[in-house]
Amino acid sequence: MKIGIVRFPGSNCDQDCYRAVDEGLGAEAVYLWHKSHDLEGCRAILLPGGFSYGDHLRAGAIARFSPIMREVIAFAREGGPVLGICNGFQILCEAGLLPGALVRNDSLRFRSHPVRVRVEQTDTPFTSEYEEGDVLRMPIAHGEGQYVADRSVIDALESERRVIFRYVDGLGQPTEEANPNGSVRNIAGICDEGRRIVGLMPHPERVVSKLLGTDGLGVFHSLIGSLRATGDTAMPTTKTHAAEAAEASAP
Amino acid sequence: MRPPLYLYRCTSRKGETVRFEVEIQVTPREGIVDPEGQTIGQALGNLGYAGVHHVKAGRLVHFELDADDADQARSSVDRMCEELIANPVIERYEVQIKSPQTASP
Repeated sequence: MKIGIVRFPGSNCDQDCYRAVDEGLGAEAVYLWHKSHDLEGCRAILLPGGFSYGDHLRAGAIARFSPIMREVIAFAREGGPVLGICNGFQILCEAGLLPGALVRNDSLRFRSHPVRVRVEQTDTPFTSEYEEGDVLRMPIAHGEGQYVADRSVIDALESERRVIFRYVDGLGQPTEEANPNGSVRNIAGICDEGRRIVGLMPHPERVVSKLLGTDGLGVFHSLIGSLRATGDTAMPTTKTHAAEAAEASAP
Repeated sequence: MRPPLYLYRCTSRKGETVRFEVEIQVTPREGIVDPEGQTIGQALGNLGYAGVHHVKAGRLVHFELDADDADQARSSVDRMCEELIANPVIERYEVQIKSPQTASP
């Protein structure tokens, strides 16, 4: 059961993701180069954090046009599980796979410190091992993590229970002080309508060891559990890439 | 899925195109917090410049574009903005297409 980790120029959490999958779970992790058109039969895709393409234009705006993103988007649209962490979340929003956008932190500062997030929903492939209301401690490291969207989009996210993680204080309350970047309604992570694509700003892949904390391990255990549950038959195909490449090179 | 940017080609034919100067201003949409603009406004106040209000900070993109005519240039620039240069969720853009000159062969 292979889990693919996409490497863009400027990704810097790819090795953390690799180790979380490889050492944390004992599953097979493979790196997928951004210029590739092949997901190599991976059952799930992780878009790691970092500064893809130097964050030029807008964070995630250029990565979205990477060759591999055509495959990732097709995979996601067919129901394949995709997790975007930090820069990966920004890329998912830029690609239109998740609604809204991530703008400069309201403090205008790059924030790099541990935060608390509350698990709001457990019916995604990345949160099924948690209990609703669990408060996790994870680090953040971003300059552009303020989640914004139109009011109608936010209302839809809330009513469809698509807010997956929220910044909270020690008591588990989404207070203003607990919000590290000004995100609307303390939103730290969301999912798509199909609940298979999840993006979040905090870094679960950095808390998967005894030394640094294990609160993030549940994200990866959830993924493996849900992949085992769906079995090979539910595996989305990525057959379209050859056809699309031919289409793109046609005159 | 929208086709990626590189699928668009300039359809102009040699000898018939005009070179346009394109300037695109991208600014945060109304209602979207603009911490950069706010900070500049505060700093101006600190420096003693009174009466500065509603500072907005954005981005300027400038390039030259060969196109058959102004309409074609405009529609292609609009596509560029929607697809890459601005993010319609958080930004608005304003396009200025200026002073056509005959393209050099």
